[in-house]
Amino acid sequence: MANSSINIRQSNYLGTLRADNWWLYPAFVVFGFTSFVIYATWAAFQGDNYYFDGGLMSEHFGGYLSPMYSPLVWVKSGVHGGAPLHHAWLGEMPAWMPAFVTPAFFIVGFPLAFRFTCYYYRKAYYRAFAGAPPACAVGAVPQKEYKGETGLLIFQNLHRYALYFAILVLFILAYDAFMSFFRDGQLGVGVGSIVLLVNPILLGAYTFGCHSFRHLVGGKMDCMSCSKGRLFAWKNVTKLNMNHELWAWCSLVWVGFTDVYIRLTAMGVIHDFHTWAN
Amino acid sequence: MALRTFKVYRGNDKAGELKEYQVNVEEGMVVLDVLHRIQADQENDMAIRWNCKAGKCGSCSCEINGKPKLSCMTRMNSYGPDEVITVTPIKTFPVIKDLVTDVSWNYAQNKRIKPFQPDPKKKDERGYYMMQEDVERTQEFRKCIECFLCQNVCHVLRDHDRKDAFVGPRFMIRLASLEMHPLDIADRIPEVRKDYGSGYCNITRCCTDVCPEHIQITDNAIIPLKERVVDRYYDPIAWVARKITGDKK
Repeated sequence: MANSSINIRQSNYLGTLRADNWWLYPAFVVFGFTSFVIYATWAAFQGDNYYFDGGLMSEHFGGYLSPMYSPLVWVKSGVHGGAPLHHAWLGEMPAWMPAFVTPAFFIVGFPLAFRFTCYYYRKAYYRAFAGAPPACAVGAVPQKEYKGETGLLIFQNLHRYALYFAILVLFILAYDAFMSFFRDGQLGVGVGSIVLLVNPILLGAYTFGCHSFRHLVGGKMDCMSCSKGRLFAWKNVTKLNMNHELWAWCSLVWVGFTDVYIRLTAMGVIHDFHTWAN
Repeated sequence: MALRTFKVYRGNDKAGELKEYQVNVEEGMVVLDVLHRIQADQENDMAIRWNCKAGKCGSCSCEINGKPKLSCMTRMNSYGPDEVITVTPIKTFPVIKDLVTDVSWNYAQNKRIKPFQPDPKKKDERGYYMMQEDVERTQEFRKCIECFLCQNVCHVLRDHDRKDAFVGPRFMIRLASLEMHPLDIADRIPEVRKDYGSGYCNITRCCTDVCPEHIQITDNAIIPLKERVVDRYYDPIAWVARKITGDKK
């Protein structure tokens, strides 16, 4: 019989007696997040091919607008696959703006803040990137004095403010999806319209399943029976909240996919099958 | 019957070893059965804490192949036929002997929590009366069997040893059950933030993952408490709303 001495009190980074593949989840998160961040950063710096309306560039409403560029605050004219000037809230990009700045720069902070402070994503990146801890019962990265979210990370408490902006952006993306069923003012449907429609649905399931939203609609009450409306809302938000992780990933992947689809369509790499005449 | 290899921690808090045993395992056995067989046949002085053998007393918490589990609820057929089973005591608390740990720190935390304080105004001729939808939420927390697996796996207590700052998931459940209680009027939110350390939890959900009663500790207790702390201390709009309405909570 082989006996082995063990220091039961010792806590080493990554130290564990777990024999299963505990590293799979953090590895998946690192791969997923890193892939998305690399693509999103690249896409945000491109500044082109984020809009497609079959080349009409019409004054009428319609067309596909990438969620990574929506809402459009300013646009640069004369860009291949760029939106027409009337799509932007403030028109042409000011001349004093550095050349590398694209319309994506002005809106990227809102979804980023929402996802960064999200209770699910906190689990994912604390485990995968910060090793705090890498997995359950696996040694955490040693810290001189662990402070959790009471020190530098205290800003995580403002998640609900990120939620307010995320809801605003969600409605804008739903409007974009609606607009995608029109081209030059004509009602129709294209593969891109479906792609753009799925986007706010997944984002809505993620946003309205948010823990802060769940708290605000009814979770903060002690007397649940005092407001049937809020109880109903809380129960339904809870249903979404139970799969918050799933919605978080699905919506993230779909945002990326939507941008890829519109980009390739605008570049002419793929053909968008649709019902419009042109 | 199959011969299986077990490694069991033998020792105390200062020193110990993983001692290897060959045990005959029969169909239907759980890990606790095997430990009892080792105790009966090979090591009469092996210390194991157990009681109900039904996953309801929370006594037999230990770590099996590194995972915090109840040994009475861990079936042997959940492991591969040649897999060596390593059983160690829960790591977060001092080892008294072998698989038995001193969990008295937890009971001390419980005593620190302000007890239930019902609102006398809500008492009528029937006594205290509540609607089912009001108690549903906190009933989940009553399932806790105090196995302390959540306390054990919480990295704030386990790796960082911040028992001075954070009461741990089990007592966040208790605090949530009191704070959400429709009849209770005591205010524990200042203590939840300052004394019980809600901010130390970074939502990595290991407590929920290991809970044998499948209590949604993180989603239904800790995060709602964190949100109540946000209402009180970090949300400027909520602060203004309280000033306008005169609501103190």
